[in-house]
Amino acid sequence: MTALNKKLFRDLWHIRGQALAIAVVIAGGIATLVMALSAVESLQETRRAFNEQYRFADIFAHAKRAPEWAAREIGAIPGVLRVESRIVQDIIIDVAEMGEPARGRVVSREAGGQSRLNDIVIRRGRDLRRAHPDEVLVNEAFAEAHGLQLGDVIHGNFNQRRRALKVVGVVLSPEYVYAIGPGDVVPDSRHFGVLWMGREALEAAYDLKGAFNDLTLTLAHSVAPAQVIDQVDRLLAPYGGIGAYGRADQLSDAFVTSEMEQLEHIAVVIPPVFLVIAAFLFNVVIARIIQADREQIGLLKAFGYSNMAVGGLYLKQVLLITALGILIGWLLGAWMGHAVTGIYRDFFRFPFLHFQVNPGALAISACVGIFSAVTGTLSAVRRAVAIAPAVAMTPPAPSAYRASIMEYLGLARFLSQTARMILRYIFRWPLRAILTVTGIAFSVAILVMSLFFFDAANRMMEVHFFETERQDMSLTFVDIRTNAARSNVGALPGVLMVETYRTVPAKMRLGHREERVAISGLDGHMQLSRLVDVNGRVVKPPPEGIILSDKLAQLLAARVGDLVTVSALEGRRLVRQVPVVRIIRQYIGLAAYMDRRALNRLMGEGDIISGAHVLSDSRAEPALYAALKDTPALLGLAVRSAALETFSEMIRQHLHTMIFFYLAFASLIAVGVIYNSARISLSERARELASLRVLGFTRREVGTILAGELAILTLVALPLGCMAGYGLASLMVNLFDTKLYRLPLYVADSTYGYAVLMVITATIGSAWLVLRRVASLDLIAVMKTRE
Amino acid sequence: MEEDRRIAAAPRVPVFRTVNLTKVYHGDGNDVWALRGVDLALEEGETVVLLGPSGSGKSTFLNILGGLDQPSSGQVFFRQQELTALDDNALTRYRRDHIGFIFQFYNLIPSLTARENVALVTEIAANPIAPEDALALVGLEARMDHFPSQLSGGEQQRVAVARSVAKRPDVLLCDEPTGALDSATGIGVLEAIEGVNRELGTTAVIITHNAGIAAMADRVIAFADGRIASISVNKERLPASAISW
Ligand SMILES: Nc1ncnc2c1ncn2[C@@H]1O[C@H](COP(=O)(O)OP(=O)(O)OP(=O)(O)O)[C@@H](O)[C@H]1O
Ligand SMILES: [Mg+2]
Repeated sequence: MTALNKKLFRDLWHIRGQALAIAVVIAGGIATLVMALSAVESLQETRRAFNEQYRFADIFAHAKRAPEWAAREIGAIPGVLRVESRIVQDIIIDVAEMGEPARGRVVSREAGGQSRLNDIVIRRGRDLRRAHPDEVLVNEAFAEAHGLQLGDVIHGNFNQRRRALKVVGVVLSPEYVYAIGPGDVVPDSRHFGVLWMGREALEAAYDLKGAFNDLTLTLAHSVAPAQVIDQVDRLLAPYGGIGAYGRADQLSDAFVTSEMEQLEHIAVVIPPVFLVIAAFLFNVVIARIIQADREQIGLLKAFGYSNMAVGGLYLKQVLLITALGILIGWLLGAWMGHAVTGIYRDFFRFPFLHFQVNPGALAISACVGIFSAVTGTLSAVRRAVAIAPAVAMTPPAPSAYRASIMEYLGLARFLSQTARMILRYIFRWPLRAILTVTGIAFSVAILVMSLFFFDAANRMMEVHFFETERQDMSLTFVDIRTNAARSNVGALPGVLMVETYRTVPAKMRLGHREERVAISGLDGHMQLSRLVDVNGRVVKPPPEGIILSDKLAQLLAARVGDLVTVSALEGRRLVRQVPVVRIIRQYIGLAAYMDRRALNRLMGEGDIISGAHVLSDSRAEPALYAALKDTPALLGLAVRSAALETFSEMIRQHLHTMIFFYLAFASLIAVGVIYNSARISLSERARELASLRVLGFTRREVGTILAGELAILTLVALPLGCMAGYGLASLMVNLFDTKLYRLPLYVADSTYGYAVLMVITATIGSAWLVLRRVASLDLIAVMKTRE
Repeated sequence: MEEDRRIAAAPRVPVFRTVNLTKVYHGDGNDVWALRGVDLALEEGETVVLLGPSGSGKSTFLNILGGLDQPSSGQVFFRQQELTALDDNALTRYRRDHIGFIFQFYNLIPSLTARENVALVTEIAANPIAPEDALALVGLEARMDHFPSQLSGGEQQRVAVARSVAKRPDVLLCDEPTGALDSATGIGVLEAIEGVNRELGTTAVIITHNAGIAAMADRVIAFADGRIASISVNKERLPASAISW
């Protein structure tokens, strides 16, 4: 090895603590990038393979009762490859081990034969047999949630008739990768199950011989779904079609897409933050090293080493540190990817989901890492190259301290000698002080941003379950009823309060934009299910007009006062113009609200309800559940306590993993920035501090100078970091904005507190590490060397 | 034997020739004239001592000769080559191929051992002596693997001498090489310089405040206020070992 390279490695070893800190920050960015890009790729590949192999449909349509030949007509639409008609029905399921009823979706399957579209993977057991109408297949998540074994019997209410169903198989389907129940916020596999049954059994139960109520189809390549959807809608309209939709609106598939989009956002937003910080650390550290090496650089050039060789000396150090960071990042990224994929396995039921590190992601991340490192150091290295060789010949100049603002303001008089030294040092290199403050502020900001996800999820939970949906349960009827049904609900055991509602599936159009949405007709009282604005105030739907959720308004480009065209997809399917009277911020899904009476008028119908919200006496719960299990008119049931439980469970388990990573990284950034900053000011002033020690200052007094500087910079950085954290949170709110959900921009005070506390801890830790060096400051060595 | 070499080399071109060399430092407000027109020729193989009060421009002059610095006006020739016409890369090559420096502040690389400090120069030299031999020359064969911080000031300076002679330079430029040393160590350093001058024919330029050292030179050039005040020729050179202060 050449002497120059030996110098390189020894110098690098000398700053190993700082180098490691920077490498870890780089690793944070690289790991996130590798994790996110690889996970996207893995999800995408898995979904593609699953959808293709099991013939996931392109378009989905539901109707009331359509004759079989309508399916053949749809099959003749140009661009349609295959059509499959079927029967899909929501029912109430009774699983013996659970007190409350569960909701189920029954999907027909040609007994014995093979379904052409949306085929299933049998994980356990066997397929349905012909002439065994009571056999069912259940989705794996539901089976696991209830510990269902092959041969177990569950009960379902079919068209007012209770039936025993024998579980013969446990399956997965591309249609229910993310099996979320209608109206649910997160999947609740205990309370929502998907069942596959023989077609004939369902035809018999729902009187659909020679008919169907659901249809899926695949398209030839390069056929746009929109046109076909329109034609399907036209063909199914006479049969109670409620609007066909493509994969983009297929709930399960849309959630997978949304997850991938989020990973992509993460890949775009998070790594740059880490890499910018790394670049900044490089800049500061290398600039400092070059400053300290001035005479050596001059010497090397005096000996005839070229600019390339001198610049290369420092660039190589940077590249070695970066390489270490990239390597750690790759390993960490692979590990994080596995962890994240583990989460996805809980959420998304694919028959296989293997995390694979994407070589492209490795290459991209390495390039990005090197790019940021080189960008961060280039100016410092260029300065090194520009150092004149004559520097080697001149004696070291004492640091030029100049009168600072402190002197101008006459502040110096009021400060102790120590305080003056601290402040002079800060003002002597204001740019470095600013950079350090920026770095510390960044780590506060990342901490705030990571914790913000908890706050947002908790806030969402609070708004949804405590401000908006306060009913103990919501019942959906099999059919619309007159308001008289209200008293039937009121007569159920333990029911304390009943609030009725009506929902209507509709298409809403403004200009050329169109969205499918369920319009909720609310009763005026709104004691239980309420419409609440951002300030927590209850909003009553006015007697006329419609209230849109902000996301729906955005998708339709609707403003208050606009007339939207509402096409009802049930009943007499009237098309009406309705004025938008208000737009309200909402975090989940798309929604539109009207006064129930106004909605019924719009439908040209009387005093109609489609369900009821209920407040119940918890002591009478078993009796109420028992009664509900036996209520044939019940189509669906949402139990608030169960939903709340699932939601908080999701936050607890899944959010934790992701946030843990970011908390860890943010802490590492804090330590990296603060430790580096402290080390730099120590080495910069080793001589000065040693001189003070020689003059009789105690270690404590000398330590105070260093620690005091850190403390001041940290104190300045904390509020800035909190503000930047709020900024990052609002950036996240903008990024995590999909049809399915949005994040509330809400940062809890405790989040700021926690972030601040973490950074203060990091500061104290770094100060301690550096102060130990003050204690061991070798006075003679420091005075003997030139620098 | 010394006589013979000098006679044989009589009709040479000078190794350095400067023409009306000036150097101005533009400070804030007032300009500092470090050199105010220096015309000088140095012969191949001679040993020259530069004397003069502090601030008289000696270091500035030496730095320009070594290609470390550029004059404000005037010309410098190294043999046939005009240094003032060279670009940065060419100057780098010039330093690498021809010049050895010894600085007042030993200027060793703290993270390299004595041997490695010498190797730093020999690795890029065309015709070097082995670092070990160079260190033996200055009597440091026993301390080769010590770091600068483990060496005394005199030992560090001897490493610096070994480092600059190891490449067999054509010219040795020394700026107060004994400034920080006691008499005995300083003489050791001067002996090393004298040795390469004698054995390799290296031209040596030595800046010093110590008038006693002037006795080992062929010529003594006195600087004052950025100009050459006087040049005296020593009829008899004293060996370094005979000097003391
Ligand atoms: N970088 C600089 N900027 C401004 N003035 C300078 C600079 N370097 C040297 N000088 C000035 O140039 C003049 C000559 O300096 P030089 O270093 O050549 O003197 P010297 O003869 O070597 O002195 P000494 O014996 O003290 O080393 C001095 O007045 C000095 O202050
Ligand atoms: Mg000088």
